[in-house]
Amino acid sequence: MKIKQISVFLENKIGRLAEVTKLLADAGINIRTLSLAETAEFGILRLIVNDPGTCLKVLKDHNFVAQETDVIAVEVLDKPGGLNRILEIFHKKDINIEYMYAFVEKKVDNAIVVFRIDNARKAIAVLQDHNIAIVSDDVLKNI
Amino acid sequence: MIWNNEYEAMQPDKLRAMQSARLSELVALLYKNVPFYKEKMDAFGVRPSDIKDIKDIVKLPFTTKDDMREVYPLGLLAVAKEKIVEIHTSSGTTGKPVVDAYTHKDIEIWSEVMARTLAMGDTNKNDTVQNAYGYGLFTGGLGVHYGARKIGANVIPISGGNTKRQLQIMQDFDSTVLTCTPSYSLLLAEIGKADGIDFSKLPLRVGLFGAEPWSDSMRKEIEADLQLKALDIYGLTEIIGPGVSSECLQQDGLHIFEDHFYPEIIDPATGRVLPDGQRGELVFTTLSKEGTPILRYRTRDITYLIREKCGCGRTQVRMHRLLGRTDDMLIVRGVNVFPSQVEEVLLKIEDVKPHYQILVDRKDRLDSIEIQIEMTENLFSDEIKNISANEKRIEEALYSTLNIHAQVKLVEPQSIPRSEGKARRVIDKRQL
Repeated sequence: MKIKQISVFLENKIGRLAEVTKLLADAGINIRTLSLAETAEFGILRLIVNDPGTCLKVLKDHNFVAQETDVIAVEVLDKPGGLNRILEIFHKKDINIEYMYAFVEKKVDNAIVVFRIDNARKAIAVLQDHNIAIVSDDVLKNI
Repeated sequence: MIWNNEYEAMQPDKLRAMQSARLSELVALLYKNVPFYKEKMDAFGVRPSDIKDIKDIVKLPFTTKDDMREVYPLGLLAVAKEKIVEIHTSSGTTGKPVVDAYTHKDIEIWSEVMARTLAMGDTNKNDTVQNAYGYGLFTGGLGVHYGARKIGANVIPISGGNTKRQLQIMQDFDSTVLTCTPSYSLLLAEIGKADGIDFSKLPLRVGLFGAEPWSDSMRKEIEADLQLKALDIYGLTEIIGPGVSSECLQQDGLHIFEDHFYPEIIDPATGRVLPDGQRGELVFTTLSKEGTPILRYRTRDITYLIREKCGCGRTQVRMHRLLGRTDDMLIVRGVNVFPSQVEEVLLKIEDVKPHYQILVDRKDRLDSIEIQIEMTENLFSDEIKNISANEKRIEEALYSTLNIHAQVKLVEPQSIPRSEGKARRVIDKRQL
């Protein structure tokens, strides 16, 4: 149920992000969604891609520091209160979110939210108890 | 094997007595024969009669590299010119060269200390020494040559360079001992490997490497590649050339031949002598040399002295392998910082690789020091707070050891420039 996110260390330099996207484009990797966390000095680019294994290899081959992390992608109703419902469930069950980002997929009606949670197993169980659809790797690859 | 047990394993009190006698004799001679030293001692208010014991050495003035250049070419000569039988000089790449003029006795001393050096690696008359140090004005080539001759080993005076030929000769004549700079030994290994040479099948047994600073990790690499035991040897033209100190097979510090070369460690800022074990600038006095003896020469090399007994049986004091140069010393907010100390702290931290750079700047009349370190897999995280915590952990390690507040900045791999020679570790942007 967990999906693979690739994160990459980037210095805040002009053109650096474009170098990464060029690299991935040349390797035929499709970016499904991304988020960029940044400080004054550096950034962490987090990517959900169609082929995490190749993506990681390509980056490392080009001397980037990158790693794979498990995250949870959840379908969220694309209307007011959709996200709030899930966050309230997490809150009640004492599940702490490290970070999250969202995207809208054209082929599904709902929005997809990616959560980074330390205790992913517990989060998945809680979501399942509430019949909330968790997006699998396969689904992400094919949408 | 200890080449000269009488001196190399001498009782400390006996050694002190010998050093004292040699020093007072030397000072009297220099005062009489070398105007440069007479003027220096007069200006310093010290008379030859003040020097009775080796402990009195602290009363004497230092000699610096600038002094050596000022008296170029033969201002330090302490004997009549016709007594000189050989002259060597440094390359002089950073100014006028420094000169070492040897009498016949000086060459004898040099041969003796180089025989001791070669014997540190168990070199004996059955060995074939491939001497790839340069022959010529540079002291490395002839220094090793004289030592090998004294031992009665077979010496191949191939000199430096011509790597393919080195490898051919090494195989054709079954060289057992290799002498060259550590970086050249790595080149020999690399080219040899590419040519399909299996060094484990060659009789090469020991390498005596010096004339440039190198690290323990480089030693491991050389030993694995060339399949030999790699020893660090130390010397400088000002003192005699190679043969000032050398590692024994314990590989735990370099024994200084202190019956000839008396070492002190001083605080480079104040000139005060520091106790054993404390890191500072290495200073040498030649106790027995005739041609161009030198008093309290400031080498600018940073190390410390180890007085504990060595497993090899030699009693002469050891120096830790070089830890840096005073030329590299930084003073940041009044604290002395050696890049080598920073490196020591960094490399003790797991996950940190030896690619770093120290940037010093001054803003609003306050010094700041930033240390850029290349990011590694294990220091990285998908969460900013973890990366910041790693930076903080390194900053705290630097503070607790060096007492400096450095800002650590993790940078991308390969972003710190690599160098084929000496890595540029420090960028000082201050306008002092």
